[in-house]
Amino acid sequence: MAADRAADEQGSEEETEMSEQGGAITGAQSLVRSLEHAGVEHIFGIPGGAILPAYDPLMDSKKIRHILVRHEQGAGHAAQGYAAATGKVGVCMATSGPGATNLVTPIADAHMDSVPMVAVTGQVGASMIGTDAFQEADIRGITMPITKHNFLVTDPADIPRTIAEAFHIASTGRPGPVLVDVAKSALQSMTDFDWPSEINLPGYRPVTRPHSKQIREAARMILAAKRPVLYVGGGVIRSRASRELLALAEFTGIPVVTTLMARGAFPDSHPQHLGMPGMHGTVPAVAGLQRSDLMISLGARFDDRVTGNLDSFAPGALVIHADIDPAEIGKNRHVDVPIVGDAREVISELLITLQLESEQGNVGDYEQWVAFCAGLKKRYPLGYDKPSDGSLAPQYVLERLGKIAGPEAIYASGVGQHQMWAAQFIGYERPNTWLNSGGLGTMGYSVPAAMGAKVGRPDATVWSIDGDGCFQMTNQELATCAINDIPIKVALINNEVLGMVRQWQTLFYGERYSNTDLHTGPARRIPDFVKLAEAYGCVGLAVESEDEVDATIEKAMEINDRPVVVDFRVNRDSMVWPMVAAGTSNDDIKYARDMAPQYDEDDL
Amino acid sequence: MSKHTLSVLVENKPGVLTRIAALFSRRGFNIDSLAVGPTEQPDVSRMTIVVEVEGLPLEQVTKQLNKLIEVLKIVELDGPSSVRRELLMVKVKADHDTRGQVLDAVQLFKAKVIDVAPEAVTIEVTGNSAKLKDFLAVLEPFGIRELVQSGMVAIGRGSRSITERTARPAPVPVAQPDPSA
Repeated sequence: MAADRAADEQGSEEETEMSEQGGAITGAQSLVRSLEHAGVEHIFGIPGGAILPAYDPLMDSKKIRHILVRHEQGAGHAAQGYAAATGKVGVCMATSGPGATNLVTPIADAHMDSVPMVAVTGQVGASMIGTDAFQEADIRGITMPITKHNFLVTDPADIPRTIAEAFHIASTGRPGPVLVDVAKSALQSMTDFDWPSEINLPGYRPVTRPHSKQIREAARMILAAKRPVLYVGGGVIRSRASRELLALAEFTGIPVVTTLMARGAFPDSHPQHLGMPGMHGTVPAVAGLQRSDLMISLGARFDDRVTGNLDSFAPGALVIHADIDPAEIGKNRHVDVPIVGDAREVISELLITLQLESEQGNVGDYEQWVAFCAGLKKRYPLGYDKPSDGSLAPQYVLERLGKIAGPEAIYASGVGQHQMWAAQFIGYERPNTWLNSGGLGTMGYSVPAAMGAKVGRPDATVWSIDGDGCFQMTNQELATCAINDIPIKVALINNEVLGMVRQWQTLFYGERYSNTDLHTGPARRIPDFVKLAEAYGCVGLAVESEDEVDATIEKAMEINDRPVVVDFRVNRDSMVWPMVAAGTSNDDIKYARDMAPQYDEDDL
Repeated sequence: MSKHTLSVLVENKPGVLTRIAALFSRRGFNIDSLAVGPTEQPDVSRMTIVVEVEGLPLEQVTKQLNKLIEVLKIVELDGPSSVRRELLMVKVKADHDTRGQVLDAVQLFKAKVIDVAPEAVTIEVTGNSAKLKDFLAVLEPFGIRELVQSGMVAIGRGSRSITERTARPAPVPVAQPDPSA
C-alpha cells in the first residue's frame, strides 16, 4: 500500500539520523539474519518507507522467500494459513502506519485462534516517534490487547534478542501473535550481530506438564462417570495431539465431539465421533454434551458458540478442563478438575493412568451411553433438503468437494454459511487440514489463508472455500497466487447474498432483507467471478447445476499450473441446520426449521 | 463486591503500565486505585492495585495479569496481614480566626502542615483510607480548596519479602542455526 510513497520518504533528514555507533552490519541486515536464524523460510509482506531498509538485505537472503502480497491483511492471513497448515510460526511484514494497521485484523484473528505468528513492522525513525510523522501509527499500542506480546525496537543491538524472544513467545505455551515494531533508524544504524544463546523472560513460564494429582483425580472421575464425552478443542491441533487423542478415545470408548477449531483432530469417519458441537453442530454432538455427566475438555474454551446459554449448558455434567492457558480454566464454566498443561502431555498422562487402572481391573462402564449416542447418530445424521426450484444445493457442492478432493487436501474457509457447511459436510480425517477463522469470524480469511497453506504445504491440494461476500474482501491475493506460482483452488459458494446474515433476517427479522443482497446472481452478476478470475491470471469456471459439479471439481483438481476459481451458483435461500439460536439453550436445538429432535428418554 | 489489594511485581520496561491498565479496562474490571514505584531491585517495579470485584472475577483478573509477559508475580495483600497507606495533601481555608482549630485537627491526626499562606494552610497526612476520610470530614467545615491523593501502597507484615520469594526461572536455550545448512 505504501510502496509507491517510499520514494518521497527517502528524505535526507532520515539519512542523517544514522547513528554514529560502529558495527559491522546495518540493523536491517541484523533483522534479516535474525529471521534466518529463527528458521524463517517464508515471509508474506509489502514494503514501504519505514521498513524499506529491511527489504534491501532481504533481497539477498538465500534462506527466506518473501512473497509480495497485494494487501497487508492478505499477508497476515497468509501467515496464519501457513502456520495453521504446518504448525510452524507464520511471518508477515509491513511498513509503518497504514501498512501496520492493515495487519490489525489478522493479528486479532491469530490472537483469538491461538495461531503462532510473528508480525514485523517498520516504524518511523526513533527521533520522530510521537511527532505524528508521515505514516506514523502507534502499532504497539494499537495491538497490545490483540497480541500475546509485542515489542518496539529502537536500538539495533536489541534486534537479534527481540526476534529470538518473539519466536519463542509465539510458538510456546498457548501460541499466539507477536508483533515486533522496528524503528527505521534502528534498521539504518550500524550494529554487531549477536544471536543469543539463551532467552531470559522471567515473567513467562508456560506450564506444559500436568500435575499428577490432577491427572489421578481426572482418571478417577472418568472411571466413575456413566455418560462422559471428550470435548475436543483447537488446542489438540496446536499441540499435535491427534494420535494421543485417538489412543485415549479408543482405549476408553468415550464418545468424542470436535469443535469448529478442532475439526480434523479426530477422524470424522470414526464411530465414536459425534461431530461438531455448538450453534450449528450435529444433534448427536449437542445432545451428547447436554446429557453427559462428565465433560472432558481438552484444549477447548467453552466458547459461547459451543455452549449457547451457559446456565443450561450440559447442566448435569462434571467438568475436567485441561488447557495450557490457566486463564481459560473456569473462565466461563465451573470446573471440577482443572488441569494446566499441554494437551498432548495431558492426554498421554491420562491414557497411562487409565491403562494402569485397567490393569487393576478398574474400567469405566459406558455401554448404555455409547449405545444411546450411536442411536442419536443413526436418527439424526447431518442432512439437507435439496431446493424445490431445482437450483444447486450448497451442501451438495461441499459434500462432493470433500469426497473428490479427499481428506488429504487442505480446506481453508471464509466465514458464514459456507464455513458451517464446509465444517459439516466435508469429512476431515487429519489435523491441520481444516483452516478457518473461528474466534474472530473474519470474512476474507479464506483466499490468503489458502495461499499461505499452499506455500507451507506445496505438495498438498489446497481448496479455499469462500462465500461471494467474503471473496470480495480479499480476492486480490489471487494476483499474488498467480504470479508466485501458488496454485490454490477456490470453491466459491455463490448464493448472491450475505448468507448467514440473511438467514438471521429470515429467522429473526421477519424476512426483512436489509442490505444483504450482493447482486452476484444472474440478474446483474457484479462482478462476473469467472471474468474476475481470468483477469487475475487464474482459470475461471462456473457451475449452475448438480450434474456439472463432479466434472468441474475434477477439472479443477487437474489444473496445477495456476489458481482455479469455481463459481458455484447455489440456491440463495438455503439455510444452515441444525441451529441453536444465539443465547438460547442447547436443549432448544432445531434439526431443521421448526423441527426439534425427539429424544427417547427410555434410551438412557 | 469487595475491595482487593493486589501487589504486582513487573519488569521495569516501557509500556508495562499501559498493558496492565488496558487489561483491566478490556476485561471490564474497575481500578479503584493504582500506585507504581521502584523496588529494591532496579529492574523490578511494584504496582499496588485496588480493585473492586467478586471472588471469581478476581481469580480471572489475576490469571489474565499473569499472562502478561512482563508481570513477574502477583500477591493479594489482605487486611489483617498487611499495612496499607495513602498520602493526602489538602489545602484548607484558614484565616486567623480558624487557623487554631485547623491546627488542632492536624495534631489530632498526626498530620503535618507543609505550607502556610494568609488565607489557607496546606496539610500532608498519611494513613489508611478510613483515617483520611475521617480527617477530610473534620476539615470540611473550614472549606477545602484543593485536594490531591496518592494511590494506596501496601506491604505485608512480618519478615518475609514478596520480592525475595520471586523464583527466577532458568533461561531458555535458543535454537542455533545448523551451520551445515
